Amino acid sequence: MDAIAVITGQMAPLPRANVDTDAIIPKQFLKRVERSGFGPFLFYEWAYDEEGELIPDFVLNQPEYATAEILVSGPNFGSGSSREHAPWSIEDRGFKAVIAPSFADIFYNNCINIGLLPVVLTDEEVATLTQIAEDPDNLVTIDLEEQTVTTIGFAAHFDIDAFAKHRLRNGLDNIALTLEHGAAIDSYEGSRASFKPTLA
Amino acid sequence: MTAPRTMYEKIWADHVVRDGGGSEPDLLYIDLHLVHEVTSPQAFESLELTNRKVRRPDLTLATVDHGVPTEGRALGIKDPLSKKQIDTLVANCKKHNIEIYDINDIRQGIVHVIGPEQGITQPGMTIVCGDSHTSTHGAFGALAFGIGTSEVEHVLATQTLPQSRPKSMAVNVNGELPVGVTAKDIILGIINRIGVAGGTGYVIEYRGTTIEALSMAGRMTVCNMSIEGGARAGMIAPDETTFEYLRGRNYAPKGQDWDEAVAYWRSLASDPEAEFDVAIDIDASDLAPYVSWGTNPAQTVAVTDSIPDPDTFDDPLERDAAARALAYMDLQAGTAIAEIPIDRVFFGSCTNGRIEDLRAGAKLLAGKKVHSAVHAMVVPGSGLVKLQAEEEGLDLIFKEAGFEWREPGCSMCLGMNPDILMPGERCASTSNRNFEGRQGRSGRTHLVSPEMAVAAAVEGHFVDVREWV
Repeated sequence: MDAIAVITGQMAPLPRANVDTDAIIPKQFLKRVERSGFGPFLFYEWAYDEEGELIPDFVLNQPEYATAEILVSGPNFGSGSSREHAPWSIEDRGFKAVIAPSFADIFYNNCINIGLLPVVLTDEEVATLTQIAEDPDNLVTIDLEEQTVTTIGFAAHFDIDAFAKHRLRNGLDNIALTLEHGAAIDSYEGSRASFKPTLA
Repeated sequence: MTAPRTMYEKIWADHVVRDGGGSEPDLLYIDLHLVHEVTSPQAFESLELTNRKVRRPDLTLATVDHGVPTEGRALGIKDPLSKKQIDTLVANCKKHNIEIYDINDIRQGIVHVIGPEQGITQPGMTIVCGDSHTSTHGAFGALAFGIGTSEVEHVLATQTLPQSRPKSMAVNVNGELPVGVTAKDIILGIINRIGVAGGTGYVIEYRGTTIEALSMAGRMTVCNMSIEGGARAGMIAPDETTFEYLRGRNYAPKGQDWDEAVAYWRSLASDPEAEFDVAIDIDASDLAPYVSWGTNPAQTVAVTDSIPDPDTFDDPLERDAAARALAYMDLQAGTAIAEIPIDRVFFGSCTNGRIEDLRAGAKLLAGKKVHSAVHAMVVPGSGLVKLQAEEEGLDLIFKEAGFEWREPGCSMCLGMNPDILMPGERCASTSNRNFEGRQGRSGRTHLVSPEMAVAAAVEGHFVDVREWV
């Protein structure tokens, strides 16, 4: 995954609570075995009607938000299913970050693992950003090193786990990091109880 | 002398491969990795692109459940995408020497049903799967949680996961469960109280006399929906009920191993003085059969109640969510739950697709008929659940009443196979999620217990199962 330093871009406001991963990427699109190409199906049932026609009012269908790179939404974003297809679809659509007052745990971890930056701000800060985002010409800057979100007349600090930040800043492969501890894994395996089940 | 510890802290400590020392996550060993067709293909592909191997195929078990058809299997899988996904898993398992219960295997079923059924889900284990309902396995006193595909790849390659320590929450449920109130109602009641994000960042331990009195099936139902309250994992201390369930099962320890295992399992329960970050107390006598009215699993009321008025919600986002939910569900504030007619009944899922659920449903259903306006189906949780039910004649009770009797899988819980609601259809479902579109675009899901689903199937609308015979 690519290293993240500073993201400056347009916001797309989606002020809803509990946006679940079924809404982000409906199940009919989970049958693909590929890693990419989920972007066109993002929020499919909010973006297209039952006849497959574009719903013009939906924020991501509005031409002025077509190039948005930062999604701003409500609390408990990404709840429900563990499907990594959800952050894949957001990323594939061109987003680099999601800002919300809170995230579901599995979704948050999935974002970190693929390099889509999840930013937690307070309810009030997100509400302010949502208002600012109503003018699509307003850009926002997220500085991961400084852990700040800034735009005209707005500045906020966000918390992120130091190790997650380190990984995102350097685009590190988590598996490679773990494999550096191969000796510790070998040693642990040597001490496992004999009654633990195996398929062998 | 070590400080008093919770069960989750004990299991965690027993699986630390490398202590992150606070500045990094701990590296945890994973005792069992369950794999299914939907969240694994990209993990296997990436593994091969990076020239990595599956470290412990002997700690990995796969099955096909999400996309499998539940009828007409002799004709093959019609959906070419599902077929490709299922074939891909079979090929990946063959290539990496992973055991798979494929569509022709009697042991095939929902991944969270087969682990316990085979006795490979055991107390004190760490269990992961690319599925959020992995919390189900916590019913055995295991630390079990759902992961994403990147983490699936991580576990395949290393048999470990870097994890930051969650906080602990005790949910104490005490007292005798009223007649007609089930394990499903316990967890729906809990989620209603803590909210859909109340458990975010926590591992929940369900405790108290009501929980201790539950069967393993009931405990699995409770732990299964932990994620619906935001908690990645929910767990229940292992006891005699747990040991009796496991004894003699395929992968349960045998002989001296059994004695050693039970001694270890007995040591896992939270110490009496252990402190939880948060504790919640619920009196079982306050619980009722619940019906969800909205589009998240916290939006529930007792069957005797009415649809709430969104204006009564204080939080503006929750108020907006309730209004949106009622519009989606085509319901009016003030309508009595018992007046809501239904079109479909889905009986199954990793929440309520076990043999005990089928027995409970069949017992109520015997001699009755499904309402003429209702299309009802039973999807057993596994091939072995189906077989057991048929040996007990439960299939005949369901079929004679007018239920369809299907092959095992996730089915209409998420509708990745052909089993979906048509737009506007209203379903009483024993599953776990009532999200918009979950069971089919514009489909309307009401979460209920198996008993409530059966009663609704017969009457054509929700009824209070406590007074229904």
